[in-house]
Amino acid sequence: MPANDVLIIGAGLAGQRAALAAAQKGASVAIMSKVHPVRSHSVAAAGGINAAISVDDDWRSHAYDTVKGSDFLGDQDAIEIMCSEAPKEVMELEHMGVTFHRNDKGEMDLRAFGGASTKRTAYVADITGQALLHVLYEQLMKHHETVERYEEWFTTSLLKDESGRCCGVLARDIRTGKMEAFTAKNVILACGGAGQAYKPTTNGLIVTGDGIAMAYRAGAPLMDMEMVQYHPTCLVETGILITEGARGEGAHLLNANGERFMEKSAPNKMELASRDVVSRAEQIEINEGRGVGPNGEGIYLDVTVVPRKRTLEALREIVNLGRDFAGVDITREPIMIRPGQHYIMGGVKTDVDGRTPIDGLYAAGEVACVSVHGGNRLGANSLLDTLIFGRRAGEHAADRSASMGMPEVDTRPQLREDAGRIDSIIARSHDGRRVSEIKNELGELMNKHAAVFRDEAGLQGALETIGRLKEEAASAWIDDQGTVFNQDVLGAIELGYMVDCAEATVVAAIERKESRGAQFRTDYPERNDEEWLKHIDITLNGDGAPEVSYSPVTITQWQPEERKY
Amino acid sequence: MPAEAHDKPPEQFTLRLRRYDPESGEAPYWDEHTVELAPHRSVLEAILQAKDRFDGSIGVRCSCRQAICGSCGIRVNGEPALACHTHLDAAKRSAKDGVIEIEPMGNMPVLKDLVVDMDAVHWKKIQRVTPWLLPKQPVPEREYIVSKESMVDVTQTMGCIQCGACVSDCLAMEVDPGFIGPAALAKAYRFVGDPRDDEQFERLNDLAQDPQGIFDCTHCFKCVEACPKDVNPMGQIMRLRRIATSDHHIVDQNNGERHEKTMVGLIRDYGLLHEAEMLPRSYGGYSWFAKFTPAAGKELTSSLPSILKAVLRGKVSIKKAIFGHKIPSADLKAVQAIYDKVESREERYELNLYIVGEDEAPEPVAASPEGSAN
Repeated sequence: MPANDVLIIGAGLAGQRAALAAAQKGASVAIMSKVHPVRSHSVAAAGGINAAISVDDDWRSHAYDTVKGSDFLGDQDAIEIMCSEAPKEVMELEHMGVTFHRNDKGEMDLRAFGGASTKRTAYVADITGQALLHVLYEQLMKHHETVERYEEWFTTSLLKDESGRCCGVLARDIRTGKMEAFTAKNVILACGGAGQAYKPTTNGLIVTGDGIAMAYRAGAPLMDMEMVQYHPTCLVETGILITEGARGEGAHLLNANGERFMEKSAPNKMELASRDVVSRAEQIEINEGRGVGPNGEGIYLDVTVVPRKRTLEALREIVNLGRDFAGVDITREPIMIRPGQHYIMGGVKTDVDGRTPIDGLYAAGEVACVSVHGGNRLGANSLLDTLIFGRRAGEHAADRSASMGMPEVDTRPQLREDAGRIDSIIARSHDGRRVSEIKNELGELMNKHAAVFRDEAGLQGALETIGRLKEEAASAWIDDQGTVFNQDVLGAIELGYMVDCAEATVVAAIERKESRGAQFRTDYPERNDEEWLKHIDITLNGDGAPEVSYSPVTITQWQPEERKY
Repeated sequence: MPAEAHDKPPEQFTLRLRRYDPESGEAPYWDEHTVELAPHRSVLEAILQAKDRFDGSIGVRCSCRQAICGSCGIRVNGEPALACHTHLDAAKRSAKDGVIEIEPMGNMPVLKDLVVDMDAVHWKKIQRVTPWLLPKQPVPEREYIVSKESMVDVTQTMGCIQCGACVSDCLAMEVDPGFIGPAALAKAYRFVGDPRDDEQFERLNDLAQDPQGIFDCTHCFKCVEACPKDVNPMGQIMRLRRIATSDHHIVDQNNGERHEKTMVGLIRDYGLLHEAEMLPRSYGGYSWFAKFTPAAGKELTSSLPSILKAVLRGKVSIKKAIFGHKIPSADLKAVQAIYDKVESREERYELNLYIVGEDEAPEPVAASPEGSAN
């Protein structure tokens, strides 16, 4: 049975950064992922990573922009840590080999991004996430003697001992179907968000809320789950993302009348207002009949105003995406986009070292909520979040492990239980619905009622439907009876994870009776600091139902003020 | 109005999937499903629709749906491709009988259906090239100061998504499974071309001396065609060779450096290849006596069957092999003028569209999804 000081679940940027940090601290490390690490969805992050590295910049300015972007729901102590540590972290990644774009002096170049008061975003063309992820994987290959990799292993549940401490996981080897118990002194969840609970979404098919749901089921509170980011520029048909870097390079947003409508809601920052503001402005244009396209459901993103050579050099990937997935040459004509589900600001509640309230359990990256993003995440802050808090969680867990003994726990009962659960899914009779049908219904439901604009009636209806889907998911059937690469049975488990995440999101969205950040309630259109300047925490109660509580927002130096861009 | 091609209604497409269930004890077999999607949608979406509606047991790796995670490398109608990056209409056009044929990638063992064992081949080869930066010392406090061009240049190979499409159809690897191969050598260039790396010579020497290294590539261009991300693996291999030979003068035990020099020299001298001079010059340069070095004799003996075959198939006549090809002297002068022009440049000419970008085209190119498939 594998036993390690630190076991990391998920091998995207947060997970790999945590693994590297823990290994450098001398801990024995294992990292497990249901896909090969370079397939992790961090790979799709395009635009860049924020850090106040310019001599004219100050991390406090970055922190203020982040606080304002969060609509003052972000915890300022955590934001200060993230922004002040950013320059050093980015330099460290540069030293590892990330091929950051340079200016004419040979220094790292910076581009403009939404919600930022200055150019602060370091980038590698528009494949920044891929470059970071692949370079971290290079480091894992380099440190193969101290970091064991379990690639294509699916975690089925967290293991806890009698005292309630997390001391490992149960997992299934996807290639062989074998179940195994992994014990560890500390477990770090780094398995991303839950975008697949929405349809369409910019997120990959693997982003199914596994870590959020596993922690939630193990008793950990979820925080800020109502805060779901809609990215302003996604392809209409598929939801594929066009990077904010496009607007950072100067691209315009136009409605059917050819107007730059952002001047109505953000006269100063225009297209580079924060994402919640831009997405709402777009949705208003669409809802009021000024959308473009055959059904008026899109907005034009006009990249032709950016010099063509610059576009080909710095926005190469979206030139390809436009050509291949929309049939449009973005250097010659505008491309039709609309807001699409992109990121969840909420997640497993942690402190600034990634610790959750469950002893021995950490979380970092999109799965976690520190909270540095609050009501709305700024573009290019997510890569930073994964690296800073991934590293901090890895270091803290490693330090803590040094003085701990390896947990002794009888893993057999839970191993039998999880194996039995998988067998019973495979054995289900074809009475109920297919997993794929339920997943589609859930995604469309969420995209309708828990999207850019929300209201009580829609959310209550959604909650009711989720209750039905939850029941249906419990008896949903699959085709694959095999053990080798049975993705079908994993899909059934993932569906359960997504339903849990969706439920927490809707419950929190009903609870928050105000409009803040990504949560816009048409029935409560104003921000209400007096009553709602607080986090909503969701915990699973004894009956398996979500229970709401609150926690305060940490304010250090920036008092809430009206948010204008 | 852009994207007219995208307003087309759904059509029926039939997929012929290569299935393999390792637990059944049965051989691989073909399985057909008909799906309904708009023609510009991807082969991946078609596979997923078949999986969702008809048979959830179809095994295929996939995630991002936008050609960045590199999971869904497969073969479509016999050619390597990313499933998410191949349009259905284009796939149908290239199909033999209107049925889109989908198979797992080649050169790697199949685990189940379309899922291949990339660890056993692809990732093993990647690990062969010391795939991490060996940073120049001392490491600066801030970023390394390096040229903008150098970072854009290595970003081309950084853009490799490790999908394995180039490995799937590498002809050299088919003959010599030990060949380090296009993906891993492109990865090697990512460090060799990186001015922050401290061991350019050691890396190149290692890859040049290895009989299955940079000189094992046969220039077939399959990897260039297969790559969905314009990484141009073969081009990177050629650049590794040029830096190894021209910059570091690495004389390798595979005779690659001398062979290349000879080839270049012969074309300057004759305008066309002079087969009979190849071996002698490879081993002894322009010295007449070099024809008789034992190594040349040994290689000549081992090459005899190929030479014989070439003669029998009429690819070369004995007369031309011995006396060389002749081209009119005006043409020869033109060839030599090209040499003079290229060689007189201070910097080596790198024909790399990734860096210089395309020229401004005078007319907008009609947007068409077809050109981009595969």
